[in-house]
Amino acid sequence: MTAHAASTARALDTRPARPPAMPANVLTIALRELRDAVRSRWFLLYTLAFAALGLGVSYVSALGSGGAGLSGFGRTTAGLVNLVLLVVPLMALTAGAGSIASDRERGILAYLLAQPVSRFEVLLGKYFGLAGALLACLCLGVGACALVLALKGEATRPAAMLWLVGLAFGLSLGMLSLGMLVSVLARRASVAVGTAIFLWLALVFVSDLGLMAGALAFRLRIETLFALATANPLQVFKFWSLHSADATLDVLGPAGLYAVDTFGDHVVWLFTSVLAAWAVVPLAIAAVIFSRRAPV
Amino acid sequence: MIRIDSVTKRFGRATAVDNVSLDIPAGDSVALWGVNGAGKTTLIRCVLGLYRFSGRIEVGGHDVGRRGKRARALIGYVPQELGFHDELGVAEAVRYFALLRGLRVRSAESVLDDVGLAGHGGKRVRELSGGMKQRLALAIAMLGNPPVLVLDEVTASLDACGRGEFVGLLSRLSGAGRTILFASHRIEEVTTLARRVVVLEAGRIGAQTDSETFAESLGLHSMLHLTIRESTRRLALEHLCASGFAARMNGVGLLVPVAREQKAAPFRVLAEARIAIDDFELIAADAAGAPAHTQEAQP
Repeated sequence: MTAHAASTARALDTRPARPPAMPANVLTIALRELRDAVRSRWFLLYTLAFAALGLGVSYVSALGSGGAGLSGFGRTTAGLVNLVLLVVPLMALTAGAGSIASDRERGILAYLLAQPVSRFEVLLGKYFGLAGALLACLCLGVGACALVLALKGEATRPAAMLWLVGLAFGLSLGMLSLGMLVSVLARRASVAVGTAIFLWLALVFVSDLGLMAGALAFRLRIETLFALATANPLQVFKFWSLHSADATLDVLGPAGLYAVDTFGDHVVWLFTSVLAAWAVVPLAIAAVIFSRRAPV
Repeated sequence: MIRIDSVTKRFGRATAVDNVSLDIPAGDSVALWGVNGAGKTTLIRCVLGLYRFSGRIEVGGHDVGRRGKRARALIGYVPQELGFHDELGVAEAVRYFALLRGLRVRSAESVLDDVGLAGHGGKRVRELSGGMKQRLALAIAMLGNPPVLVLDEVTASLDACGRGEFVGLLSRLSGAGRTILFASHRIEEVTTLARRVVVLEAGRIGAQTDSETFAESLGLHSMLHLTIRESTRRLALEHLCASGFAARMNGVGLLVPVAREQKAAPFRVLAEARIAIDDFELIAADAAGAPAHTQEAQP
């Protein structure tokens, strides 16, 4: 008789077992998710792409400004803002969209939820795990870029790089949250990822063009235009990163001027609130839907 | 230990489980029997809290709908097919699910050894065969020695030999005192593991009986004990398994569950393979301590 069989032979404890508390389960699931993400192809691919494009952007921006090659940290940061606007939302949206829907499709979710864990713990654990993976991806991508520049003797503003990583991470949390909402709603992983890509296109391109067209066609008032712009987390990221770089939003035209005139230094709190809302609200809606939907 | 009270589960207009009530006291083992679509898996998923349903289910006094986490802490679950990330390591999987139960596994290898997976801890889950994956699921289900075991057609994806081995392992590990609820449409599992059989028909309880009476009613209750020399015993087992018999080895020969009208069939198979049988005995299932069937009988 094996040790296991011997242990089952003794009287079983039928008192209610106390499962781990929520923080412990969230941490366990988050670490599992982080390990899985770091091992996955998307993580490697996005990190490499982010670093390679970052180097390319800084090189091209330096050539454009008459420099001979790689630019310094400050200008690279400015160049990276546009790269972040394109790559980070795509990365976070697709990572979030794939998480729940893919596990549901493969039967992994049902098996996990048959364990002594709550649905909220699973959702939160997955969110934190993927957020950790995104942060690692950003740090590695921007860090590689910074390292190359530093080795070239071009290091001037590393703090700007760190700030950019922080802002990009804030943006990625909102996009991850939205991606997870899509993942909870979708029945199939392919539908979830497809929807995430559609949302990415809408946020990156359509909202910009839509705002321009709307401003012209409907002669939108400047405050309406600014309110509509700040509803898009990508615009908030752009406002905030440029505000941090120049301490003025004049470069963003009338909307930027309106923001500075109306909110002054408090504009930072507005940006913080918008990004925080994007990180929290879709996730909260996802949690409510997830608690009601069958995982199979 | 498990109390199912007026449970109904609908998917749109279709009613998968229709007003089912069932009381399973501690230490009892109940088989949910029925054809595909009878509602076995749906009822099990309700017990696990995976589906929302009307009615009430309690496990160890905990309402599955309201205190699902507490209820599931009492349950070890083995699904039809293991849903794992393929890249996950086998030992890593054991440690992960142990943590979710608030347990720390010092040696995953010893847990794996209990289910015959010693030496496989370093492999990835995707490298395991279907039978090995089910053994891994069983090892995880037994973590923390839970008082309730819930099994959902656990041998559906296994071949005849794999089924026999897995049911034997389940029988050995499930132990006395544990409450077992399982879905099956294989009679060998029912006769080995269950004391009671609940027949589900279109989501409703059609009948309830003890497993012996149930097996008798299906006319499937004979076991052949064949005495075969050790040198040819393994070969004989392979031939019988290949012919659809859920044969297994014992000390001096093979135990072959047979349908009443097919008692001579194993002799024919072994004669064609030119394997000599030294002796044989027709025994009752109880005496062999094992199931007595080759056919996948349907109710």
